[in-house]
Amino acid sequence: MSDAVVTIRGATKVFDVGADQTRALDGIDLDVGKGAFVSLIGPSGCGKSTLLRLIGDLTQPTAGQVQVNGKSAHQARIDRDYGIVFQSPVLFDWRTVEENVELPLEVGGVDKRKRAQRAQAMLALVELTGFEKRYPWQLSGGMQQRVAIARALSFEPAILLMDEPFGALDEMTRERLNLELLGIWRQTGTTIVFVTHSIPEAVFLSTKVVVMSARPGRIVDVIDVDLPQPRSDLTREDPRYFSFITRVRESLRGRVEGASLRAGS
Amino acid sequence: MPQVARNALSFALFAIGIAVVWEVVKLLGGEPTDMWQPPFQWKIATDLNMPHIWDIGGAFVEPAQRNGPALGAVLVDAAVFTFREAFGGFVIGALLGLALAIVFVHSPFLERALVPYVVASQTVPIIAIAPVVVIWLQAGWLSVAVISAYLTFFPVTIAGIRGLRSPDPRALELMRSYAASRRDVLVKVRLPAAAPYLFTALKVAATASVVGAIIGELPSGIRDGLGGAILNFNQYYISGPAKLWAAIIVAALVGIAFFVLVRGAEIVLLRGRLGRTQA
Amino acid sequence: MSSRLRQYAPAVAVFIGVLVLWELAVRVLSIQQFLLPRPTAIAAAFAEHFEELVVVGRNTLVEAVGGLAIGAAAAFAVAFATARWATASRALLPFAIAANSVPIIAFAPIMNNWFGILNPLSKMMVVAVLVFFPIMINTLRGLTLVDQSSLELMRSYAASEREIFTKVRIPNALPYIFTALKVSATLSLIGAIVAEYFGGSQSVLGQFIITEAAFFRFANAWAAIIVASAVSIAFFGTILAVERVTIPWHASARHGDAT
Repeated sequence: MSDAVVTIRGATKVFDVGADQTRALDGIDLDVGKGAFVSLIGPSGCGKSTLLRLIGDLTQPTAGQVQVNGKSAHQARIDRDYGIVFQSPVLFDWRTVEENVELPLEVGGVDKRKRAQRAQAMLALVELTGFEKRYPWQLSGGMQQRVAIARALSFEPAILLMDEPFGALDEMTRERLNLELLGIWRQTGTTIVFVTHSIPEAVFLSTKVVVMSARPGRIVDVIDVDLPQPRSDLTREDPRYFSFITRVRESLRGRVEGASLRAGS
Repeated sequence: MPQVARNALSFALFAIGIAVVWEVVKLLGGEPTDMWQPPFQWKIATDLNMPHIWDIGGAFVEPAQRNGPALGAVLVDAAVFTFREAFGGFVIGALLGLALAIVFVHSPFLERALVPYVVASQTVPIIAIAPVVVIWLQAGWLSVAVISAYLTFFPVTIAGIRGLRSPDPRALELMRSYAASRRDVLVKVRLPAAAPYLFTALKVAATASVVGAIIGELPSGIRDGLGGAILNFNQYYISGPAKLWAAIIVAALVGIAFFVLVRGAEIVLLRGRLGRTQA
Repeated sequence: MSSRLRQYAPAVAVFIGVLVLWELAVRVLSIQQFLLPRPTAIAAAFAEHFEELVVVGRNTLVEAVGGLAIGAAAAFAVAFATARWATASRALLPFAIAANSVPIIAFAPIMNNWFGILNPLSKMMVVAVLVFFPIMINTLRGLTLVDQSSLELMRSYAASEREIFTKVRIPNALPYIFTALKVSATLSLIGAIVAEYFGGSQSVLGQFIITEAAFFRFANAWAAIIVASAVSIAFFGTILAVERVTIPWHASARHGDAT
């Protein structure tokens, strides 16, 4: 049993909108093991993005506890234990690709030469060597996301949080980036928490799929996806791949009793 | 042809077009000469009201006053004088405006307390205050620079607040995920994001500060600048109408030159950003 | 309601605070009256010269409104005429932008000569030229910067160019036009007052301010400046109200985007 890198107990998040209250998350219990690739999937309003932000201390729980890397989520953020990638690349259009990747390193006070080295290494990892001096608008959507991933990994965080990073891309680019992401995951050993709308993507990428329901946001199922590693295009033809997809779909439709489950590794 | 050259060409063509229309109007309704009897008689087109283009051009090389230097030289000196006042005020106003915008963005309380006045002031005819300011402050250069600073400072503050607030909220979340300090966020995110907005305001302010400088010179009796020249040639209009036109043309050129200067700075500083460098 | 109160309270507090401080500072520190009149002195001057201020204010407003009408009419004519020909409008734009950076005010003496220094038309023409370029540029932008998809939709209905113009381009241009008109409201008043500085009838705001300032009667000058501001704000507010009625669907009319 690996150490849990993320431990969540009884996390609840309530938003006050005037007189109404929205229970975005209700009593979430979740463990994410070291080196795991965990997907959060569910309908709109199930709180998956909110859950991701709780882990990143970008929002705070109304009740419950979030531990990241053995510390409070807040401390983990201060210590820069995680990198985050959003659905849109959020690159700064006044910085070159290289300068964008260096951004977290600058903020972290890393010296110039080391920054340049790390940026080069990360761009090589995402296969964008040669594009250092370009500006974001000169790159395609897929390439911009790869820069965003390079940036998120530039300071070697233990965890990578991803909020539907490939949602805005076309199917083919998405499948290619899925494979690339798995390659990066294997190479760096980073723990990944991945929010997605796409059932095939969740199954293809993850070691564990967490299915959530909406209103209030709860975990209804945790599915261990024990398809063989390393995954490839062949995996998409494996019959077990399809049965996992069916299983996730059925959970989403509520055939499995809703409950908050603790996940073993 | 690069955009800059194309713009310059368009402008030149229009200027020539105006000159042509000017002379055509005079041809049709101006004063009769030995060789030509115009079909109409328009009061506006007399030689007094609309000197011939070549007379205006000629006025540049003739002395402005008896035995004095050529008008062209006098006007260039006056233009430099006025420009320096305008530019000094512009720089002070821009720095002040930006500082204020930064303060407002970081202090919601101060913003609620003071921004309504900043906004309301946009509807105040600021130039109406010019004579009062100038008579208060007596000193020539300073009072005019203050007016220019005042005219620059408001558009820069408003644009600064907008621009400093313009970054994608996710960019700010990103900086939070890096546990970045507020200073980092200001320097690395907000200021660069605000630059296009600031330049739009600065281009407006460039013109405003030149206008402010000219207006400021009027009641203060400053004779060295373009405002003084315009007043002077207006007084003696009957004896030399072309000179007033020459002065006005020079004033126009100063305004345009300052605008082009700021636009140039914008192109250089915002290079690399797609489609942001719009006038 | 209390959240609105909280919103405006600091601004109101500042206003009152500044007035009180100003009054006290001038009294206590006995700053020379003619440098910085007390608010109460300005209020008194306002009351004393009320009728005259109304007259000069109205005369100046007439110049401003007249000039705005002339300038806007000309600007619309040019914009509508050139919107059809993309090359013409693209060629026009750099000239208009450069012309906008000319200190138009410098032409005031010329207008005085052309139309007669005492004739309000001479001031109106300065205002007209001043507002012409911003209104024309914005109207042109509004007429031409139309969403490509909207144009394609209309063409799929085999709509004529004229129908496209009235059903798509003009409504698209309205927000831009109102933005320009709001800016021009302020500009027109500034233009009128400053044009008056170059001479003409005595019973206008500009001349009133200059005369009172020249005689060091600053309380009167400030009272006139406040009148100028009030008129300007009222003019701006009128256009804002017309905008809200005409284009209630547009975002800036919806929540009064001030910043």
